Amino acid sequence: MRPFKFNSASNVRDAVNAVSKNDSAKFIAGGTNLVDLMKEDVERPTELVDVSRIDLRQIRSEGDSIIIGAMAKNTETANHPLVKMNLPLLSQAIFAGASPQIRNMATNGGNLMQRTRCVYFYDTSMPCNKREKGSGCAAKEGLNRMHAIFGWSDECVAVHPSDMCVALAALDAVVRVEGPDGKEGKAREIGFADFHRLPADDPTRDNTLKHGELITAISIPKNRFARNSYYLKVRDRASYAFALVSVAAAAELDGKKINAVRIALGGVAHKPWRASKAESFLKGNEAVAENFEKAAALELEGAKPLGHNEYKVELAKRAIVRALQKAVR
Amino acid sequence: MRYIGKEMSRVDGVAKVTGKARYASEYKVNNPAYGYIVQSEIAKGTIKSIDVSKAEKLPGVLKILTHRNSLKVEEQSRQFRALQNDKIVFCGQPIALVIADTFEQARYAANLVSVEYDREQSATDFDNLGRTQTRSSPARGKPAEEFEAAPVKIEAEYSIPIEHHNPMEPHAATAFWEGDKLTIFDKSQGVYGVRGHLARSFGIAAENVNVISLFVGGAFGASLNVNYYPFITALAAKEVGRPVKVNYTRRQMFTGHGYRPYTAQKVSIGAGSDGKLRSIIHEAATNTSSYEDFTEGTTRFGRTLYQCPNYDSPYYLLKSDLPTPTWMRAPGAVSGAFAIESAIDELAYKLDIDPVELRLINYAEKDPDSGKPFSSKELKTCFTRGAKKFGWERRKMEPRSMRDGNWLVGWGTATGTWGAFQAPAGVNIRLNNDGTVLVGSGTTDIGPGTYTVITIIAAEVLGIAPEKITFKLGDTDLPRAPSQGGSLTTASVGSAVYGAAGEVRKKLLSFVDKKDGSPLFGAKFEETELADGNLRLKNDPSKGIRIVDVLKEAQMAYVEVDYQSSPSPERQNYTTMAHGAQFVEVKVEERLGIVKVTKVVEATACGRIINPLTSHSQEMGGVVWGIGMALHEATEIDHRYGKMMTTNLADYHVPVNADVHFIETEFVEEKDEIVNELGIKGMGELCLVGIPAAIANAVFHATGKRVRDLPITPDKLL
Ligand SMILES: Cc1cc2nc3c(=O)[nH]c(=O)nc-3n(C[C@H](O)[C@H](O)[C@H](O)COP(=O)(O)OP(=O)(O)OC[C@H]3O[C@@H](n4cnc5c(N)ncnc54)[C@H](O)[C@@H]3O)c2cc1C
Ligand code: SF4
Repeated sequence: MRPFKFNSASNVRDAVNAVSKNDSAKFIAGGTNLVDLMKEDVERPTELVDVSRIDLRQIRSEGDSIIIGAMAKNTETANHPLVKMNLPLLSQAIFAGASPQIRNMATNGGNLMQRTRCVYFYDTSMPCNKREKGSGCAAKEGLNRMHAIFGWSDECVAVHPSDMCVALAALDAVVRVEGPDGKEGKAREIGFADFHRLPADDPTRDNTLKHGELITAISIPKNRFARNSYYLKVRDRASYAFALVSVAAAAELDGKKINAVRIALGGVAHKPWRASKAESFLKGNEAVAENFEKAAALELEGAKPLGHNEYKVELAKRAIVRALQKAVR
Repeated sequence: MRYIGKEMSRVDGVAKVTGKARYASEYKVNNPAYGYIVQSEIAKGTIKSIDVSKAEKLPGVLKILTHRNSLKVEEQSRQFRALQNDKIVFCGQPIALVIADTFEQARYAANLVSVEYDREQSATDFDNLGRTQTRSSPARGKPAEEFEAAPVKIEAEYSIPIEHHNPMEPHAATAFWEGDKLTIFDKSQGVYGVRGHLARSFGIAAENVNVISLFVGGAFGASLNVNYYPFITALAAKEVGRPVKVNYTRRQMFTGHGYRPYTAQKVSIGAGSDGKLRSIIHEAATNTSSYEDFTEGTTRFGRTLYQCPNYDSPYYLLKSDLPTPTWMRAPGAVSGAFAIESAIDELAYKLDIDPVELRLINYAEKDPDSGKPFSSKELKTCFTRGAKKFGWERRKMEPRSMRDGNWLVGWGTATGTWGAFQAPAGVNIRLNNDGTVLVGSGTTDIGPGTYTVITIIAAEVLGIAPEKITFKLGDTDLPRAPSQGGSLTTASVGSAVYGAAGEVRKKLLSFVDKKDGSPLFGAKFEETELADGNLRLKNDPSKGIRIVDVLKEAQMAYVEVDYQSSPSPERQNYTTMAHGAQFVEVKVEERLGIVKVTKVVEATACGRIINPLTSHSQEMGGVVWGIGMALHEATEIDHRYGKMMTTNLADYHVPVNADVHFIETEFVEEKDEIVNELGIKGMGELCLVGIPAAIANAVFHATGKRVRDLPITPDKLL
């Protein structure tokens, strides 16, 4: 790989300053995504700033929210009693991702920032607008079985690969970041829906984080979904594969009646896809299969499949229904 | 038998789990340099220019080899050779080797090599490639007419994508020169093949090339043919005057050295309403490269399987701008079995006859192709015992008739066969007067447990405890022996050890049979045996001498024997094959199309089992391979670029632990006195052959949906 400078930061300020100074510097946390991409010559940072030693590993309750530190490992987050008890959906989603070895290294901040798995993005001899603006999108007319059915543009049809983020989207999480402009210890807060973006005319940007901004924590509002939630992931093998389609479903029931419901989809768009049409149909309705099917059909009306991923439309419908059934069971 | 047939742990197990076993790129050599392969980004065309100036200037870079400065070889075969000219014949073709002080320096420099191409349109889309008919066995009877006339017909098309072996250990070599003597540690299934190839390449005597491959981290056929990298590794070592190591990245494991070809098949079966087969036409087409023809036994599998009087099996090649395919575990057979054994299942449903029953109705007692008897064939017992173990009698014929909550349950079966091959093999045995034994043979052990089974055989035939025996392999300093491929190593090398032990006994006996007062005075060779550390009379074991005493009294430090074994001519009068019956249970998520292989019973008849422990592992490994082939594996190509795209283990799926559930194996032992003295057949490929078809058949039983294009991913079952 290309040579790079390596520094370890001991606090947020140092990390932010170091990366802000250099346009081609990057944070590195668990390294499970970034190092791969460097080996493939896709990411070419000239400087790496290790943030994994910064004391941002706590997982705690804070007022009406549960706060998970950006440097906490995926495994410890998923296993943490606060998360298991209050946010089982998040715990399940994390366990559905990657492999134990990777989850042991991967951090929560890094998980939000992981890049697409589009095979063309990984191959520097191929056109890819995300990797090289203006070079074209090889996937749009190419191998796109794994790609988006919602929200894509002619510039990019990739999907966001994270499972954890699908649960976070459903749970209305808030991302806390600190950047060069902010005051020390003062975080900018980004609602999860606004964190990742659709490709539009600039697929090089996966999210709305600015260069030099560091994710410090993720805050998740406490909720009453713990009893009725389910993360369903459909994939090509039983573990260690990215989702064809995944569904984070959570409901608050009053007898049969749905008081509140959250549905987010993974593997279908450039960002975790909140199924708001399905949600508004279901709210106040009865938690029965017939309604789940109607809601799913409504949501998928807006789907626009590509050459090889027509199946995702039907699969997403069925997965929504199955996830809701499991959640309300 | 004292040792044969008893479970024994791997003799190399401790070395492997403690890291003492060294693999090709791990050998400690003095001051090694590292080579990194630069690959073409296009599939077809010409290199217009290749600029290495930037890369050359980087610190640590020692030399960059390209077609412009590489040694040109006089090649006899049409096999691909690296760095010979400016022609590009496949995407990922090696076009330069960067040699540097460290691996990372070499990899970085490789990024800075810039190439301009004259690009030509490549052709890799199998549906649009021209077909050429190639060698096919002659038709039996009148297949076309009999098919037309048959009252019950099945016609179906099947496809299998390109698959890559992906062993844990990537291709790698470490090479160094001492004068004009070359030593190379190569990851190889056949050290002698590599030696000949390198000697020819450099124009030196074969004796001046030592190829060593003591441990191989899986190969599955990927290292059976000589790859192009040993040559450029050795060349690099020569050029920089230092040892050089070349180690593929995982992505590079998907290029150049070959793969299981794309396979399209059509099966037409004509049968009577009694289930008797009347005609089978099995047509296959596989892809090859533009520069070399590669064919495998795709259509050979079915010909000996059933008692069917009319049979045809035309075979076609599709020339593509991809590298040449190569052998991959159970080559041809597993692909052919997927089509034939799926079609037989389709026929079973058309006739409403139980799939096991249908196979027994058409059971071939003799080889229907040659008319010769089988040297042994316990397939029927495999079916009855396997079915019993599995609980097959509780199966309901109707698809979608069994379920477990949201999961549809399906049971499927298929047959597997593989040849019981044997090849000439040499062995050297040295028996020391301290009772220890050194056995050496230049074969390899790519993981099945050859170190262990040959040790067991040597212990048995020499009558000496396995702990006293050291078996060496994987070195051209040892007697010539076959490559490990085709499931023939145990039969070949085991037979050599058997023969050599006879010679050892002859020599030992010659020291004592003429001595007055010797308990073996006048004893004839046939009357003696080696057992329990003694040379003794078979029918009076009390009359014997300890082997070590024979040597000590003869004042010999050791006896040594070089022995060469060959398959017996008797085999010509028989068809020699191994067989298996495979039973599979799958559960399919009714709405989501997720498939789980929840239970497999694998009943196998493959001659004598030398080591039940490693044999069980082989069978399990074969089943796991079958799961991968049926459900997961596919190397996807972007035909616009002629490039393989799913070239890493995140995108190219093989089964993980969570995909593998209950696997039970059962060996139906055969006493086969024809195949060889020890009655050994092979098993390493056999165990895979029927599995993909059995899984596809079980998926049909569960869902009522026949998936004829592998792999069976959830989207195909919605
Ligand atoms: C083979 C494989 C399979 C996988 N399968 C799955 C899967 O099924 N589901 C799934 O969800 N994930 C999967 N993953 C992805 C895995 O979850 C991510 O690689 C991991 O979460 C990244 O975390 P990290 O700490 O290692 O990030 P790093 O690799 O260290 O960093 C990734 C990116 O995030 C940036 N970054 C890191 N921390 C911060 C921060 N605090 N603030 C701002 N930027 C930051 C880095 O600069 C870098 O650009 C898989 C990964 C692999 C290798
Ligand atoms: S989908 Fe996006 S990431 Fe993939 S090739 Fe197109 S632009 Fe690149």
